[in-house]
Formats: sequence, structure tokens, C-alpha cells
Amino acid sequence: MSYISNTDKQRRSMLDTCGAGSVDDLFTDIPANLRPKSFCLPKGKSELEVASFFDTLSKKNYSNLVNFVGGGFYDHFIPSAIDAIVSRSEFYTAYTPYQPELSQGTLQAIYEYQTDICRLTGLDVSNASLYDGGTALYEACQMAIHATDRRKFIVDGGVNPIYRKMLNSYAVNLSIEIVEVPVSHGQSDRTNITALLDENTGALVIQNPNFFGVIDDHTDIVKKCHELGILVIQSVYPMALSLLKTPGEMGVDIATGEGQSLGIPLSFGGPYLGFMAVKKEIVRKMPGRIVARTLDTNGREGFVLSLQAREQHIRREKATSNICSNEALCALRAHIYMSIMGKEGLRECAQLCVDKAHYAIQRLNAIPGVKVMDSSPTFNEFTVRLPIDAGECVGRMIDKGFAAGFPLGRYYPDMENYLLVAVTEKRTKHEIGLFAETLEEILCQ
Amino acid sequence: MNPTDRRYTETHEWVKLEGSVAVIGITDHAQDALGDITFIELPKKGAILKKGREFGVVESVKAASDLFAPISGTVTEINESLETAPEAINSDAYGEGWIYKCTGFKKEEYDSLLDAKSYEALLEKE
Repeated sequence: MSYISNTDKQRRSMLDTCGAGSVDDLFTDIPANLRPKSFCLPKGKSELEVASFFDTLSKKNYSNLVNFVGGGFYDHFIPSAIDAIVSRSEFYTAYTPYQPELSQGTLQAIYEYQTDICRLTGLDVSNASLYDGGTALYEACQMAIHATDRRKFIVDGGVNPIYRKMLNSYAVNLSIEIVEVPVSHGQSDRTNITALLDENTGALVIQNPNFFGVIDDHTDIVKKCHELGILVIQSVYPMALSLLKTPGEMGVDIATGEGQSLGIPLSFGGPYLGFMAVKKEIVRKMPGRIVARTLDTNGREGFVLSLQAREQHIRREKATSNICSNEALCALRAHIYMSIMGKEGLRECAQLCVDKAHYAIQRLNAIPGVKVMDSSPTFNEFTVRLPIDAGECVGRMIDKGFAAGFPLGRYYPDMENYLLVAVTEKRTKHEIGLFAETLEEILCQ
Repeated sequence: MNPTDRRYTETHEWVKLEGSVAVIGITDHAQDALGDITFIELPKKGAILKKGREFGVVESVKAASDLFAPISGTVTEINESLETAPEAINSDAYGEGWIYKCTGFKKEEYDSLLDAKSYEALLEKE
């Protein structure tokens, strides 16, 4: 393939075809103040100069804070075996290697990942993965439109506000009605949700544990939805699934979530991992690739892509999705993580998260002026009411070496004094104690 | 040979009238061209279909194809046995392999479809 760029004549012809006067006209949707003033890059620098420039830049990051931030992305321990296995060139350098003739290892890894996700969610079929938790939730909504032919969605206010924002931006040019229902005492508001359910509703979107860390059993709402032919989409935290009632046990139709907590490092913007598992009856509406196990002509076991007639390379504009892809390397990390942890390990890790979070609740509740919102049961994350602005508190705690949590005022305008605190298995009793003491200290100042 | 007791479309569906009910399926030529059928998406009971509108999808080991309603009408019955045994379309496209039944259609719409002879002439041209 040659890399000779287009000629001016070709560019003119393409611009004329789409009715644009110039290349800049294609970017008018982006506000002018957000567009780069120029692309004039500085003169070339030596490797040494570049390395030193970025080294200086990276030192502006805080990298050694004791982390209590969650909000959908968590600071879990990552066994070093994951990097060692994932960085093998057979896995690391391959681009969309789906040809069964030469990619049995990759296909088998994806198949095993899908098996993990099915067991974790208690549902029948998982796809090979999606971009991240937010896009997975959007894909689930698209899937519900296809499966029900209805365009109204009820979204629980406990669904991660970042995901809700993504959902709204994806849906902005589709004729979809999205109705959000604020939580009541931290939990899904059953009265208001039930009142909104009708025969035009395609799906109910809920989350467990929800954004405030609150655990819920949605079985009753799922039952009501099914009576009206409404699908239930539940976004879940995979670390919690080995302890909590699964989406499958609640009767949920589509489970999605962010797989970052399964061995994927925290980093701004990812790459992260979206997962999706569904009931068998609606598998043909599911987006993304699915790897299946089969036998070759000699009766030997092998792995291939299955149900491809749903997909963009065959069904083109009628595919279940044209904006999804597989996040194979991150899915592999998740699979290795779950294999190393095992069933017992995952359960122990989840239990440690809960126990440590509940120790933190005790310690924080003992601080004068601080109140943990504990009227509903929580997993490893909880909301704390502070006597001061939560954003300001986070700023002061950074100076003391702590990433104290997520200030809820950023997404919930009436919650400026509320801080969302997450505790993982990585936090020691000592760190939690120090966190509480430091918080008390800065609040007294 | 295609039975003469029914009418055909250029998109390879057939319609047979049974009193006030129209039975719809795909032709023997269509099933042969598709190969082994692995799945069919049936219309919903009660759905109001317009002539020419997609009512489902048929998937085979070779391809996935849309199905188009040959006449307008309301779906009164679907062949649920195809959900577990879609291969009936391969073995008996004009009988056991029927897809859905509808009522409320216009006789003129039916009359405007191809008869067996015209359909065969179409196949020869293809």
C-alpha cells in the first residue's frame, strides 16, 4: 500500500461532493475557541531533549497519592503476571486476528474471557468486549431498540452520570426519548420508575451498585418491566459480582459494565474495557464479535467467530452496530486477572473491599461534622456529607498526600458538600486511619 | 416447479390465499440460493405490514437476507416451529416452511403479483 497523499484536485473533488468550501469547514461543529490556532510545530528536537521535556511534564502529575477515588474506576491490585503474558508479541502485536486458520490462541483467549463474563453475570452469552462501560451501555440501549421496536428509555439517576452523559450525546440525533428518574434515599425510586413504565418503553436502565455505591436487588422492578415487554439493562461493577446477586439471578436481560477493575491500570482516557452479556433469546440483536467453540472436519476442537450475520462486515448498514469494536488486549488482561484470582480469590478480594470500606465508614462517621450516608447498604463506595465544599476538601487533602474521593457536586448540583469515597483491597488499615485523621485535621483548620 | 395455486414476488416470496387469509413464505429458488438456513427472524403477531416493507431476516450458512412483505396486511399467525427448525424452509418451502399468515389485504395487490409462469420467466433471466 502506498502512502502518497491526495492531490489538491482530489481534495477539491471530495469537498465539492460533500458541499464543503474548505477542509476547515468540516470542523465548524467544534467551537472556534477549542480549535487549534495553528499546526505549526516547533523545529525538530533531539531524543534527549524530547525525553527531558516529557519527563519534566510528567512530574506535574501527582502519582503517589493514597487513592480513595472511585466513580466507576477503581484502584485494584494488578498481578505482575498480567503484563508478562499480555506483552507476548503473539498477543500484543496482532491486529484483529480473527482468521481461525492462524489465530486459535487469540480466539481461545476471547472465548475464555466470554466464559468468565457469563459466569460473573449469570447470563447466557457474552460478546468479545466493547470500548468501555459507557459505550457498552449505549450499545445495550441500541440493542433494546432493535429487540423491542420501542424508543422510550427510563434511566435510573443512580446510573453513573458519565455514562448518562455519553448516552445523551450518542442519542442526540436519534429519535429516542430518555427519561431520568432521580434516586430516592440513594436507591432506585420504585414508585416513580413504575409510574413511568408503559408499552412504549423499550428498556429500563439501572446500575448495581449504583453511582453512590448503594447495593440494590432489582428483582421486583425487573418483574414489572417484563410484564410490559420492557427489557432491563443493568450496568454492573464486575468486582462486586462474585459477592452480590447477579444480573442473571435478578432476571436482567442485558448486563454491561466497565471491566477496568479486572486487571486494567487506571489511566486518563483508557484504554478500558466494556463488557456485555445477554440472555440467549436476544443474542441475535447483540452487537460486537462473538467467539464460539466448534469442531473441525477431523473432529478436533477449535474456535471461530460466530453469528457474524449480525455484524457490520456482512450486514452493513443493517448491522446490530456500526460503531463498536473489540478491545481484545484489555479483554485478555481481564481474562488473565480472573484466571489468576480464581473464583475464591475474586470473592476474597471483593470481601476485603467491603470490609475495608465499612471500616472507613466507621472511622469517617466518628469525625465531628462528617456524616456517611448509610441508610442503604453499600459495597466498597459510599457518600460522605462534609461541613465544607467537597471539591475544596479534595484540594486540601491532595496537599497531604491523599486522593480523597470524587466531589459529587460536579454532576449533582445540589450536592456540593458531598464526597464519594471508594476503598479497595489495596488500602491498609493504617492508610484508612491516617485518611480519617488527616480529614479531621483539615476540617478543624 | 413452482405451484400454480399462488403468486410470487421479484424478491422471491410467495403468497397463497386460503379464504380471507394469505399465507406467506419464500420460494424454492430462494431457499436453494441461500443454502442451509440456520435462523429466521419472524414478524410479530399483530404487526401491520405494508407491501414491500421488511418483515424479517433469514440467515443461512452463506448469507443473511431481508424478507419483504409481498402484500399489505395484519399478521395473524406466525410459523413458530421455524424458530427451532428453520430447515423446514429448505425441505418444504411451499408447505411446512410457510412463514406467516395475514388478513386485511387487498385482492388487487395479490392479483398484481407474478403468477408461476411469469416467476419462472424471471428466474430464467437471472
